[in-house]
Amino acid sequence: MKYLMTTAAALCATAAWAETPVLTVYAGDYFTSEWGPGPKIEAGFEEICDCDLQFSTGDLMPRLLLEGERTKADVVIGLTTDVTAKARATGLFAPHGQDNSALTLPIAWDDDTFLPFNYGHTAFIYDETRIDAAPTSFADLLAMDDDIKIVIQDPRTSISGLALVLWVQAVYGDEADAAWAKLAPKILTVTKDWSASYGLFTDGEADMVLSYTTSPAYHMFAEEDFTKKAAIFPEGHYFMAETVGKVAATDQPELADAFMDYVMSTDFQTLIPTANWSLPSALPEAQWPEGWAQLPLPEKVLFYSETEAAEVQAEAIETWRATLSQ
Amino acid sequence: MARHTQPINTCRVTGPVAAGAVFSLILLALAAVASRAQWPVSFGVADWAALRFTVWQSFLSALFSVVFAIPVARALARRRFAGRQLLVTLLGAPFILPVIVAVMGLLVVFGRAGWVSQGLGLLGLPPLSIYGLTGVVLAHVFFNMPLATRLILQGWQSIPAEQFRLAGQLGLPPSVTFRTLEWPVLRQVVPGAFALIFVICLTSFAVALTLGGGPRATTIELAIYQAFRFEFDLGRAAVLSLLQLVVAGSAAVLALWILPPIAVQMGRDRPVQRWDAQGAGLRALDTLWIGLASLFLLVPLGAIAVSGVMGLAQMPVLVWHAAWTSLWVATLCTCVLVMLALPISIWLAQTQRGGAEALTLIGLAASPLMIGTGWFILINPFASPVQLALVVTALVNAMMALPFAVRILMPAMRQVITDYGRLSASLGLSGLALWQIVVLPRVRAPLGFAAGLAAALSVGDLGVVALFADGDRATLPLQMYRLMGSYRTDAAAGAALLLLGLALGMFWACDAWGRRHVDG
Amino acid sequence: MLTVRDLQIAQGVFELHATFDVAKGQRVAVIGPSGAGKSTLLNALGGYIPSTGSIMVDGQDVSTAAPDQRGIAMLFQDGNLFPHMTLAQNVGLGLRPSLRLNNDEQGKVAAALDSVGLAAFGDRKPGDVSGGQQSRAALARVLVQGKPLLLLDEPFAALGPALRGEMLDLTSTVARDTGATVLMITHAPEDAERAADQVIFVDAGQVEAPRPVSEIMDNPPPALRAYLGR
Repeated sequence: MKYLMTTAAALCATAAWAETPVLTVYAGDYFTSEWGPGPKIEAGFEEICDCDLQFSTGDLMPRLLLEGERTKADVVIGLTTDVTAKARATGLFAPHGQDNSALTLPIAWDDDTFLPFNYGHTAFIYDETRIDAAPTSFADLLAMDDDIKIVIQDPRTSISGLALVLWVQAVYGDEADAAWAKLAPKILTVTKDWSASYGLFTDGEADMVLSYTTSPAYHMFAEEDFTKKAAIFPEGHYFMAETVGKVAATDQPELADAFMDYVMSTDFQTLIPTANWSLPSALPEAQWPEGWAQLPLPEKVLFYSETEAAEVQAEAIETWRATLSQ
Repeated sequence: MARHTQPINTCRVTGPVAAGAVFSLILLALAAVASRAQWPVSFGVADWAALRFTVWQSFLSALFSVVFAIPVARALARRRFAGRQLLVTLLGAPFILPVIVAVMGLLVVFGRAGWVSQGLGLLGLPPLSIYGLTGVVLAHVFFNMPLATRLILQGWQSIPAEQFRLAGQLGLPPSVTFRTLEWPVLRQVVPGAFALIFVICLTSFAVALTLGGGPRATTIELAIYQAFRFEFDLGRAAVLSLLQLVVAGSAAVLALWILPPIAVQMGRDRPVQRWDAQGAGLRALDTLWIGLASLFLLVPLGAIAVSGVMGLAQMPVLVWHAAWTSLWVATLCTCVLVMLALPISIWLAQTQRGGAEALTLIGLAASPLMIGTGWFILINPFASPVQLALVVTALVNAMMALPFAVRILMPAMRQVITDYGRLSASLGLSGLALWQIVVLPRVRAPLGFAAGLAAALSVGDLGVVALFADGDRATLPLQMYRLMGSYRTDAAAGAALLLLGLALGMFWACDAWGRRHVDG
Repeated sequence: MLTVRDLQIAQGVFELHATFDVAKGQRVAVIGPSGAGKSTLLNALGGYIPSTGSIMVDGQDVSTAAPDQRGIAMLFQDGNLFPHMTLAQNVGLGLRPSLRLNNDEQGKVAAALDSVGLAAFGDRKPGDVSGGQQSRAALARVLVQGKPLLLLDEPFAALGPALRGEMLDLTSTVARDTGATVLMITHAPEDAERAADQVIFVDAGQVEAPRPVSEIMDNPPPALRAYLGR
């Protein structure tokens, strides 16, 4: 009975809201869970837009490519830097209309279609209670004892795994295969995605894990655990960002533009660190939440643009595969 | 003119129609994927390496699963002890475990920081490293040995008690009893079990990725996953799916070809007294096998429980919603499965040929991702695939469970036809009455088992829903995965325990329904 | 009553031919060596294996009819009762395959059970009663079926001689009450002498016409003499 009444109430509410314009935002799978950034973003935007923001989550790229022109999305949030080329090629997206110079990324950003809303770098995370001498450079990492075990992700199935392959490529270039050969005996296993790797690390299966420079922040601020550290290398760290794009065929162009404005707002940007466990894309370090500015971050940042990545990616993955298959 | 009078004549149309529907739904999906492909398709060295690894690890996994299952099934078949039925049910548990949950449990026991390694450490020995082919095969044996044990145990129990009585009376030693009574049954059951496990392992990929240790351990299913989700190369995905269908399909056909027709004998379902196995040595041996199997299969389950209990309190309410979603998806899947499996299995039982059974294995040989994507393409012009995500998931799960259900049901159907076919015909039982009065009561036990299996597999499946689901339609495994992806490993462990409970609970409920009031 | 013309059954290399008549109300023993085709003959008459030729029961051609449409009730060597159903339900199946019996029909079932001495056993399942009681229940079903022709494929073979004799007598009673004609396979000449009026001798796929029991037992033809060991 109670259930029936709730349903009836919900139906009435829907009817009352029917006049309210709806902005449909496609987002990655994790986005709308109660611990993800979705609910906060939804609440924040609905406060100012007089609209109903509805997230629709799933595998972004397969879904966009399968739906094509029939897509119901007005805005797509969460497209990572490695898929922007593919997303651009669909022709579904319109210019984001924001000023790229307002971004505070460690790299120059001149893409006028996809707007970054957060960023991070790949890094190897270790537990200082388990590792005596953490590597202080990439060369150091390769020279470590083979008994120290690392888990990484597959570049063919995971964004962070791909970033690692490009990272090695950026640092070692033609000698990437030699670098992989040195790393190979230390690699405990290669997992499909980041979650599985990180689980192996926190369960104590592996001594180090390929993750992000911001991973220690979660342990520090959410768990008050200060033992998890990112090894920072002077050779540089590979840059990754998540972007938001406006669908050209949207039936809510004004709302979509308003959402883009909102992404660049201080309100949105200050949400990002603790809701998304990543760094804000357009917020000076001085305004980061307390403690975040103390997070060790690399001085040198490596990044291949879309076109550069397209040139080296296939070969880099093949080098990885061939070397680790031996 | 020859007059053909079959003792039982039912589902001559619905059986082939149901089997044909399954077949065409899968082929339609493949065609839909292929239609969106960009040709020509690249097919390289890495793909051939994946094919080789896939076949080799499947072979080893099936071999070890069956080899270890034989002594365990034999021990279970000839020993009666308190809690035996519970043990048999529990030993079946790994098979219905979600892969991620099971791998979690295996690592707690066999991992580098696991209990075994810690024990070795105390003795000053280096830790165990199961990553690589060893780990993949270990995990597959963990999953599939219970299935092999159950299938072989069923075969063993099909030997009438009267025959063992006769053997006892003749004073046949265990070796002769084995050769004359048990070996003929084994020869019938083992190739089928081997084929089934081989095909299951052919399509496995999450295990290979977590425990494989690197790109050496790439399976075809993994390559399909890459093609779909990351390269979005539908042509490659279609070719790989087809390759998988052909390899797994021909393996199935080949294995079922050598499978002799199953001979059915009448026996009474009374506890089997074994006069040949009373020696102390054999008792000790059987105890050892049962003990080892229990340790191997149950300790990782215990590990999941131990690490999950603490996380239960930390689970957000979303997890309970997801559990509810999973429950109804599994229920729908089970209903669909029963409606497909009953007509197909009785039709196949009447055709007297084992070969047609291979058709149903297509549900296993086909990649769930391929089916999901194909239907997405087919549904998209007419309706929102996201809205139908859970229904599609239930359907795909039912198709994946179908081969198991048919294998489980068919011997019972054959038995019904042999034992009661003429009696039913002489009484004019046909249609619904035949099902109500004769068939369903006689196949109730295997039907309950098959339904339980389907429900549990569906509860634990992550495959298709990941491609479709949006936030409101998450199943429990998906929600657990999301927790893992948000650093919430404790809550994820809690969700894993809930998932374990739900899968076992649904299986137990169906199986218990089947075994209640079984007599005669 | 039963008219069989040019009946031919081919099973692999084995062939069986039969042409004979049985008069109404006769109890006919079918005798012959193992493998002669006794069971095959009865299964063909019952409609369980394919055959050619014509079979008439009570003037109706039933050659192509389904087993339950032939006016024939048959008891097999085993599996005459469904083990998951009570004796009363098993008997009730003879009246109505749907098992939805009205009061009148339930009365008939009770009466049939009573007349075979199982009045108190209606709620038992076959596994809970003796072999003799199982046979009685099967006969009770034959009684309610009320078919004009009854075929017995050695349903009592597993019973002891005394019990078997008892069952044969009960069969005769049932046949008399329903006015049924009976064909029964038997291995024992004394059974034929006890419960049959006529004998059909089957040997190597040849079915002879029925002859009176006394005549054939007193002066058996050579093949039968060899079989009987006299």
